[in-house]
Amino acid sequence: MRYKFPSSRGSSPGAALGTGMQTFVQHLIDGIALGSIYALIALGYTLVYGILRLINFAHGDIFMVGAFIGLFAAQALHAGADPTPLKFGLVMLAAMGGCALLGFLVERLAYRPLQQAPRINLLITAVGVSLLLENLGQVVFGPNPKFFPDLLPHTVLFSFGGAAVSNHQAVVLGTSLVLMVGLEWLVLKTRLGLAMRALSHSHETASLMGIPTGLVIAFTFCVGSALAAAAGILVGVSYPRVDPLMGILPGIKAFVAAVLGGIGNIRGAVVGGLILGLSEEMVSGYFSSTYRDALAFGILIAILLLKPEGLFGRNEVEKV
Amino acid sequence: MKRNLVPLLLILAASLACQGLAQVLPPYVAAILMLAGINAVLAVSLNVVTGLSGQFSLGHAGFMAIGAYVSAAVTTPQVDALRLAGLCSSPAEAQALFALSLLLAALAAGAAGTLVGLPSLRLKGDYLAIVTLGFGEIIRIVILNINCVGGARGLSGVPGYSSAFAVALVLFASVWLIHRFVGSSQGRALLAIREDEIAASGLGISATRYKVGAFVASSALAGVAGGLFAHYLCYLNPSSFGFMKSVEIVIMVVLGGMGSISGSALAALLLTLLPEALRPLQQWTGLDLRMVLYSLMLIALMLLRPQGLFGTREVWQWLPGRKRGEDGRG
Repeated sequence: MRYKFPSSRGSSPGAALGTGMQTFVQHLIDGIALGSIYALIALGYTLVYGILRLINFAHGDIFMVGAFIGLFAAQALHAGADPTPLKFGLVMLAAMGGCALLGFLVERLAYRPLQQAPRINLLITAVGVSLLLENLGQVVFGPNPKFFPDLLPHTVLFSFGGAAVSNHQAVVLGTSLVLMVGLEWLVLKTRLGLAMRALSHSHETASLMGIPTGLVIAFTFCVGSALAAAAGILVGVSYPRVDPLMGILPGIKAFVAAVLGGIGNIRGAVVGGLILGLSEEMVSGYFSSTYRDALAFGILIAILLLKPEGLFGRNEVEKV
Repeated sequence: MKRNLVPLLLILAASLACQGLAQVLPPYVAAILMLAGINAVLAVSLNVVTGLSGQFSLGHAGFMAIGAYVSAAVTTPQVDALRLAGLCSSPAEAQALFALSLLLAALAAGAAGTLVGLPSLRLKGDYLAIVTLGFGEIIRIVILNINCVGGARGLSGVPGYSSAFAVALVLFASVWLIHRFVGSSQGRALLAIREDEIAASGLGISATRYKVGAFVASSALAGVAGGLFAHYLCYLNPSSFGFMKSVEIVIMVVLGGMGSISGSALAALLLTLLPEALRPLQQWTGLDLRMVLYSLMLIALMLLRPQGLFGTREVWQWLPGRKRGEDGRG
């Protein structure tokens, strides 16, 4: 739980030079970049929760595995020494594909056999999978942080009034935007998305309508895990360090983002991620960075106690 | 009263026997066994929430941390919140102060449990798990920022007052108390809530009241365990009370069987001894596979025997001369 994102690659000139408005705008830019990473992870939580009503505790660790697959792919392609956009794309694809497979395996081996079991068993299994990935990661990858190769050399794209937007932040924003729009299209415009939405209403009815529920659930896990992997690469690009426990805290925070937006709601997850990223950036910028992590939990508790269905969620009344 | 006298004497005698045993055994083994006992208290305390009332808490380490820090603040000479630690000259006075510090630990952790439990027990299942996780982390982060107990540096110089007798006494007494509670009408109400909350409320049981009560009792006992832990290790650091510790306690309860008091105590013993027993494996493979095995075991347990080793049964139900179902739960 002690993992924090280390300071970003490249310094932000706004934070160093300016005061007042410049600093604020710089924090705003950094916060949106951080928030879109949270949003990508949060989407995976929301997708799985929407369909299985399961908090996939292992999701943050799949994000970690994604970052490591990216690291190995980048080393194999020598992307650190000779970075090109094509290699960045390949690294991204490798990580997303690898994690989709991992998500599929986790669902098939750990969650599928428990579909009829009480929810608490599913939850504990999720915690177990999360612990397994963390500890296996420490054995396989080694417990020490690794340097993530510089896939895209840091440049400042443009700056205004002392606040700067780096190419990293632009890539983070662009990639997240493409993936989010793609997901929105998948869920709202395709037959598969229709099946996913049907499943989130009722498994029984969906299977009576001839929807192969097992397949759709497995597919949902693959999509969610691929999004987490993409977030892992984006973190690797923006912050140069990866280690086997890096997924815990971002995972929990992304879950907070999903709850904030209304868990099960795709747009909610994006908005929740952005709110969380912005508020964290503001708190560590203007108050104290030690309380940055407490903020996420504070938001979580406030939301759950005051508006448990989240900003965009529906309030479900329990019936006998 | 007469009915309770014999068990009480038995508990006292058993605790004394444990103290004797600790003096005979090699110090390393005795120390591991004491840690196992403290973990057993923690597991038993969490079982009140998870096993008896059917709620799921992932922040138990936070209450343990409160107990540990409060009791250490009372007895540690550098902090000495009550200005009493300096006055204790004889071992008997020191032990009395230790007992007082454990009591304060229970009160503080219980109060924290009330604050956390009252709002969050309105939630269910996954949400409750996440909220308790959040509260546990907040407790840890707050302690991290309190300077007079060491903050991130940790608190050293806690006197080593914990004895095998104290650990065994707390463990046996809590197991017995909870066992007696389960048989009472309040205990049955709690079990009814676990089985079906809506049906229980229909019978006029105030679900929130019982759930919060169970949560507070559980937190207080975790606080006592924290106090024992502080005076066992003689050093406290906020990082020992993180999410991982909470998960560890949950695993103990799940392994023993949610609802089985003796089961969770035995599982805690097993899970504390297991990593020690697996040390040769680590030397042999050169890799620290213990935590990997630990997590694999948890998943396998959920897949193969989700009710845990004992289910909701107790060890003493297998004792001769006992009828099945005598506790009203066989």
